[in-house]
Amino acid sequence: MVTAPAANAAAEGSSLRVRDVSKRFVSPDGAEFLALKSASLEVGAGELVSLIGPSGCGKSTLLRLIAGLDTPSAGELYVGTERIISPSASRGLVFQDPNLFPWLTVRRNVQAGLVARGVLHEKHHEPDEFIRLVGLESFANTFPHHLSGGMAQRVALARALINHPKILLLDEPLGALDAFTRMRMQDEVLRLWQTRRTTMLLVTHDIDEAIYMSDRIVIMSPRPGRIERIIEVGIERPRERSSAEFLKLRGGILDMLHFAGGETA
Amino acid sequence: MTQQVIASDTLAGVDNPESLRPHRASWPMLFVVPIATAIALGVHFAFSKNEPAAETRSYAIFLGLVLGIALLGAVVQIVWQGLRQWLLHMSPILAAALIFLTILEVITAGFHLLPMPYFPSPAGILQSLINDRAMILDSMWNSLQLLLGGYALGVFVGVVTGVCIGWFEHARYWGMPVLKVVGPIPATAWIPLAMVVSPNAFFSALGIIALAVWFPVTMLTASGISNTRASYLDVARTLGAGRAYLIFRVAIPAAMPNIFIGLFMGLGASFLTLVVAETVGVKSGLGWYVQWAQGWAEYGKVYAALLVMAAFFSTIMTLLFKLRDRVLVWQKGIIKW
Repeated sequence: MVTAPAANAAAEGSSLRVRDVSKRFVSPDGAEFLALKSASLEVGAGELVSLIGPSGCGKSTLLRLIAGLDTPSAGELYVGTERIISPSASRGLVFQDPNLFPWLTVRRNVQAGLVARGVLHEKHHEPDEFIRLVGLESFANTFPHHLSGGMAQRVALARALINHPKILLLDEPLGALDAFTRMRMQDEVLRLWQTRRTTMLLVTHDIDEAIYMSDRIVIMSPRPGRIERIIEVGIERPRERSSAEFLKLRGGILDMLHFAGGETA
Repeated sequence: MTQQVIASDTLAGVDNPESLRPHRASWPMLFVVPIATAIALGVHFAFSKNEPAAETRSYAIFLGLVLGIALLGAVVQIVWQGLRQWLLHMSPILAAALIFLTILEVITAGFHLLPMPYFPSPAGILQSLINDRAMILDSMWNSLQLLLGGYALGVFVGVVTGVCIGWFEHARYWGMPVLKVVGPIPATAWIPLAMVVSPNAFFSALGIIALAVWFPVTMLTASGISNTRASYLDVARTLGAGRAYLIFRVAIPAAMPNIFIGLFMGLGASFLTLVVAETVGVKSGLGWYVQWAQGWAEYGKVYAALLVMAAFFSTIMTLLFKLRDRVLVWQKGIIKW
């Protein structure tokens, strides 16, 4: 496969520092809810880290804080040395629902970030390169509802990558896909990560996915949402899903999640 | 992939044998329109003997033309597949329309079953239309100016206020109560005020039409904007979008289906308001013409103007549908139009 220079260029990722961050939500009836309690986390540049845990453990909350879509009730977050105070094109976000703009074709969805930043004119060749990067050349002029779930998610990836983000945040991006598409997409995301060395944070419900993909796994637990422990995966890539060390780690994490007080998905 | 395509093609063929069959099974359908026209013509000749020739000749010519075109179509369809499909589809409804005209002629010109002058025959209506064509055309032109001017103004202001109310918290707080209280008042109820405030009848009618359009457009735009999926806005913000992008490239496109519902409702309201507004003050226009012709008890002209209105309004409605199809092309396949 021929990949184009811009799409292929190594965009060096940034490190991420989460310092003692809490997030409190107040519901309309006045009740307070602590979604995240004193979370601290350091992610190195170019690292791929998974966040795993039962519903309500604050993993999506943490991701939204890193994206800058929400502001923490306490604590600080830094990208490199820069404090996160608002959303930025340097921190891309992909949701479980691809959230493609249905009124735009695939190409126009992919180039949305360039239009939003007003740089489409100088980077007009990039949309096609990123469409090629995710292998959807023949669908460039298609509207999103004609795409399968896997294709739509690849468009969402290309749309996030076109801004050359320092950090890519993935909120269960493969959660809605069938098992086969899911495994293929895991490899695809790994390929993008390895060629671009972007720092990636992946929220997932799937223990296998976390072990298969990440350098480290952050295990979280609910009520209040908090970081329980952080595990180094340390298995050589490419990883074999049925290898002994894979299965052993899987068993260990399962035990920890039961300890963390919730059923795994 | 290729296999899927082939499979679905084969399936379509099996599911839909209709597409292969019609020209054999329903060819008599092609003669329904010529036969109906011939009947209409026969009835017309039978009943118009007693009437002055000048009053009925146009209708005979009209039916003759229809017959000629129908026969020509029946011949041309042999070599033109597209025309045949259209004819097969349209023949029943066209024939029904001709039969309706025939029945109308029987009960009016034939047996005088309906009181005159309120119910002239089709021939009389056509003659009125032809005789008074200059005035009707002039009325149409004036109505068009008033309608398009008022509609454009109403849509523009409506979209702007709708976007503001839908997007900005303060505009919502102050604007929504006004909209809810003032909006439901029928625009025509403002006519007395408009006539006092406005320098002339044209602008008062224009303002009334704009007001009638403004309310539904604002309402639907505001609800469309404020219901924009939060995740679209979140995605856009992580892509580096500023406020202008969020409003013009996310919220407004997302609200477009809603906005179009407002545009259609506004168009309906503008027709209604146009006809009423023209009866006060202005000296031309289709609504005014109907009123005027009624004043002279020339009901042929009244119906002629109604026919013109039907054609005129439905053409404008069709144009709006075409625009919708273009703008909302991305919805094709998601929802049924």
